[in-house]
Amino acid sequence: MSTPLEVEPGSSSAQPEAILKGVGKIEGRSLWQISWMRLKRDKVALAGGAFVLLLILVGIFAPVICKLVGVTPNDFHQDLVDPSLQTPIGKLGGVSWDHPFGIEPVNGRDIFARIVYGARISLLIAFLATLLSVVIGVVMGIVAGYFGGWVDTLISRLMDIFLAFPLVLFALALVGAIPDKMFGLQGDALRVALIVFIIGFFSWPYIGRIIRGQTLSLREREFVDAARSLGARRPYILFTELLPNLIAPILVYATLLIPTNVLFEAGLSYLGVGVRPPTASWGDMLSGAANWYQVDPMYMIPPGLAIFVTVLAFNLFGDGLRDALDPRSR
Amino acid sequence: MTTTDAEPTPAVPAIGEEILSVDGLVKHFPIRKGLLQRQVGAVQAVDGLTFNVTRGETLSLVGESGCGKTTTGRLLTRLLEPTSGKIVFEGRDISHLSEGRMRPLRRDVQMIFQDPYGSLNPRHTVGKIVGAPYRLQNVKTEHGVKRAVQELLELVGLSPEHYNRYPHEFSGGQRQRIGIARTLALRPKLIVADEPVSALDVSIQAQVVNLLEDLQEEFDLTYVMIAHDLSVVRHVSDRVAVMYLGKIVELADRVSLYEKPMHPYTVALLSAVPVPDTKRKGKQERIRLQGDVPSPINPPPACRFHTRCWKAQEICKTTEPPLVELAPGHQTACHFPENVEQPTAKAE
Repeated sequence: MSTPLEVEPGSSSAQPEAILKGVGKIEGRSLWQISWMRLKRDKVALAGGAFVLLLILVGIFAPVICKLVGVTPNDFHQDLVDPSLQTPIGKLGGVSWDHPFGIEPVNGRDIFARIVYGARISLLIAFLATLLSVVIGVVMGIVAGYFGGWVDTLISRLMDIFLAFPLVLFALALVGAIPDKMFGLQGDALRVALIVFIIGFFSWPYIGRIIRGQTLSLREREFVDAARSLGARRPYILFTELLPNLIAPILVYATLLIPTNVLFEAGLSYLGVGVRPPTASWGDMLSGAANWYQVDPMYMIPPGLAIFVTVLAFNLFGDGLRDALDPRSR
Repeated sequence: MTTTDAEPTPAVPAIGEEILSVDGLVKHFPIRKGLLQRQVGAVQAVDGLTFNVTRGETLSLVGESGCGKTTTGRLLTRLLEPTSGKIVFEGRDISHLSEGRMRPLRRDVQMIFQDPYGSLNPRHTVGKIVGAPYRLQNVKTEHGVKRAVQELLELVGLSPEHYNRYPHEFSGGQRQRIGIARTLALRPKLIVADEPVSALDVSIQAQVVNLLEDLQEEFDLTYVMIAHDLSVVRHVSDRVAVMYLGKIVELADRVSLYEKPMHPYTVALLSAVPVPDTKRKGKQERIRLQGDVPSPINPPPACRFHTRCWKAQEICKTTEPPLVELAPGHQTACHFPENVEQPTAKAE
């Protein structure tokens, strides 16, 4: 009966491994390197990623870019505006070498400069809000998923409450109610902080649910038991064993959450509760352009296009990232 | 139980001394239903196990899927807390120790896991996986963790150069070796091996089994081996406990169990092992057990095997047979044990 197991003595010392020894030093290819190799093949996602990178650089170097082009975001050019019609003089909303995207009606501010500075606000708010909701969502999700029981029930119901919250109404009410100075912040800084707080604090349940689900399946894996049998404490299991396995969904979800937040910020600015004029913001520009689209349609195109392309680029990049990190295609 | 337990009793590996004793071990998993999570029943995974493990031996737990082998393993390593009963390891009752009190003892009791694909964290390098025991237990190594890990890798037949690689770059057998290296890191005294080879190819199984045997000799290890493959069990065990629906039905040394099985269930199990010798094939008739294993939620009363046993009588349905020693070192829980020279086949 035991015959199939009889192996001549000595052969237990691993013959297959001997072959591997001959190969010599092989650098371990981490899953990140493999994912990056796959991402490199996805040209559409790369284009999206490149545009996102470009946009971030534009946001960071907005003053430099404006100086190079020779435009400023807040200076009036009323000499270029038709005094009776209040619209920019010249074709296509006053497009010229001096003002590549034209100028605004009425006061004649440069649209290109305002788009560039608007990228700053949009991305800043979108990134910070995403960061906040990802941090809250991951911690809540991982805790709910790992501990289960009443902790899970409590956190899951909390998520339901947050998701049922009328966010836009709350934002309108809150921004209208707060004073000009709070927590040592004022002006735009206070507004930005407030919007980041509103978006981040109310959109964590989306990622929280995803992380909770993933954690539920991960905690049944044997490597968690292995860590426990070695005497690992809970923080170690949550953040050293489980978290690295959650990085892929977190990253993908965050990349797809950013464009949503760009849109949300634009929406709030459009409704007049974003950053306050004269600070440039894409949503605020769209809001202004809405009054002029019949006589000066060109005013609407740059901010509209900026939002559209930004959201598209993030989404394409996020989708590509998901494909590259997807364990099923591994 | 105080913190001084961190330094366990000086290791005097006296062969024959009891290292682990289990008395009346019970694990019931409650089934809860409804809004108030009322308990409506329990899965009686392990229901009253009593056995001892002697230092240096290999005790195998065998049985069908769902008979409670794995649960027993997890109870012994205290990944689960027993519902009742006692687990005494080196004279200390560990059955209800808190997580913190259990932590220092985990150096001495380690576990090898079944699934070599699930038991290694796919995001950690081999170095991090095998080095984790040192970090988690705050054990200082003489020449640093890296050196210690590389020595362990060599010990289990891997190359030290595998240190920086990830589990997905290895085959099943190699992964199991990585798992074994991690288990050995803290030089445990008792290793609970939960089906250490059943996920591997037959050719690799032999290598890993032989590795486990070599390591046992080198480090005076005691194994509690959980398995369902009777050929593997015969190869590695000193003693074998046969489990059926959460109970031990037969416990004997290997030779006695394989040569003279007493419990009808053991007889049936052994008759199902394929015989490679074609000449001997016709002589042994296979006993086919009728029906499925009953549900552990509502196990049959008295002798749990009576629903499928061909020798069952009235008494089997009313009185539970105790686990008694019918021959030296051979315990059986049956009213009508087979005790003949050769397993007779009165099947069907």
